[in-house]
Amino acid sequence: MEEKATVDMPNFENILEKLPYTEPFLFVDSLLAIDENGVEGIYKFSADSYFYKGHFKNNPITPGVILTECMAQIGVVCLGIYLMDIEASDNLKIALSSSEIDFYKPVYPDETVRVLSEKEYFRFQKLKCKVKMLNSKNEIVCKGSISGMILNENSGE
Amino acid sequence: MTTAEIYQKLEPIIKTYLPEDVNASEIKRDSDLTKQLNINSAHLVDIVLDIEDAFDVEFKNEDMEKLRTVDDTIAIIKKKITK
Repeated sequence: MEEKATVDMPNFENILEKLPYTEPFLFVDSLLAIDENGVEGIYKFSADSYFYKGHFKNNPITPGVILTECMAQIGVVCLGIYLMDIEASDNLKIALSSSEIDFYKPVYPDETVRVLSEKEYFRFQKLKCKVKMLNSKNEIVCKGSISGMILNENSGE
Repeated sequence: MTTAEIYQKLEPIIKTYLPEDVNASEIKRDSDLTKQLNINSAHLVDIVLDIEDAFDVEFKNEDMEKLRTVDDTIAIIKKKITK
């Protein structure tokens, strides 16, 4: 047996641990696939999430900004962590720089969504991705483009 | 390509990414792109990517570190196209 396999296998747990989010603003459950060109992950919007109390009155629907956030966390931040030198990613600073999303279907409480992201470019710390979100029937919920700056505090200015 | 020619091609690229509260007339050769023209770091990357297309050059990380003013940008472009 050659000694390779494990070395380059993406470690999903490792990436999730490095996410700088926690409840109630973590919108990644698990990753299904990741490589240098893209990522795929899932999240279940639990019915007791805080935003359903207010969006909308007596008619809970997942807010578009939260869907966008979910796509950004899976599609841009998880991918960004993977693309960065994992050793150097302990002091990760991230910022959303732009997003342009079209919405097609509502997402109701307790729905599970799948996010697919495709890297357009990652240059000078800016990661731009084409993202889309699918529901459990494989229908497109929303799609568009999101970019963010992925900075490492140790890398100087 | 002369400095003036480079500037002529560069100015419209910078203009595209100026925030609404900065007037295009504020673009000067010694303007600091982020501090004076208020261009954010993400748009600075966009400017560099547009420059790469417009001048058919490639920026490296060390170029990015040197890039502060319009004149810095012109100097980097000049060095690359005369290579």
